[in-house]
Amino acid sequence: MTIKELINANIFNTLKEGSDLNREISGLFNCDLLSIAMSKAPTDCAWVTVMGNINTLAVATLADVSCVILAEGVFFDDAATIRLDATDITVFTTEMPVFEASLKVYEMINA
Amino acid sequence: MAADNTIKLHYDVPNDDFTRAGEASSDLKGKLKQMGISPDAIRKVSIALYEGEINMVIHANGGYIDAEISENGLKLVLCDTGPGINDIVQATQAGFSTALEQTRMLGFGAGMGLPNMLQNTDDMIIDSIVGVGTTITMFIKM
Ligand SMILES: Nc1ncnc2c1ncn2[C@@H]1O[C@H](COP(=O)(O)OP(=O)(O)OP(=O)(O)O)[C@@H](O)[C@H]1O
Ligand SMILES: [Mg+2]
Repeated sequence: MTIKELINANIFNTLKEGSDLNREISGLFNCDLLSIAMSKAPTDCAWVTVMGNINTLAVATLADVSCVILAEGVFFDDAATIRLDATDITVFTTEMPVFEASLKVYEMINA
Repeated sequence: MAADNTIKLHYDVPNDDFTRAGEASSDLKGKLKQMGISPDAIRKVSIALYEGEINMVIHANGGYIDAEISENGLKLVLCDTGPGINDIVQATQAGFSTALEQTRMLGFGAGMGLPNMLQNTDDMIIDSIVGVGTTITMFIKM
């Protein structure tokens, strides 16, 4: 599944579109601890987290994830919102819990 | 190799500024990408440098990073004048962290930074004197 397909599925709110909407989403990753995400999040995954600060964006970019999904109605703080403009990554938000949001994406990838 | 083939980069790591943390790693990642370095090596560099950079911000009071790219690989020197590390063996154990509550709230404090750095480098030396500072030298083959 591509980022564009996930946007068009309309199950999450699209907070920010990255530049490469044809990028594949090849898996899921869940963890809010940044140094675990940094080393374990697979390249091109969708990272579902409740950590909405600027460090989330730094790690997402460095770990090369496809997109970030902020679950549980979490929003980025002010510093992260400002950084978002300069960050080339797609970010979704949702009221869904982490597991539910991840399962939705998992089912779409494996449909 | 000839000395003039070596690329040297210098980054200042600001004290306590989370909004800029990760800048050095991001910049170096971009440069390595342009140079056509393998994604595997770039991933290792990104992990090792980000963890080191963020440690300088949350545990020390900033400092500087010197990077040297040569034919063999990348040498990174991270230097801070923070509190130093009392027990280096303990600090490098997975799960050990002295991160304060306010930094834990931001997602830090798993105690996996130094282990990640060790795992993603071919060579790493930690020099630390309590009350003086910490210098970490890392080498990654590329
Ligand atoms: N530059 C430094 N100056 C002083 N102490 C440091 C420095 N880097 C690491 N430490 C000490 O080593 C400990 C372990 O570092 P490590 O990066 O592994 O974990 P952490 O930073 O606490 O958590 P995480 O990296 O998982 O977010 C730190 O909690 C801190 O006590
Ligand atoms: Mg750390």
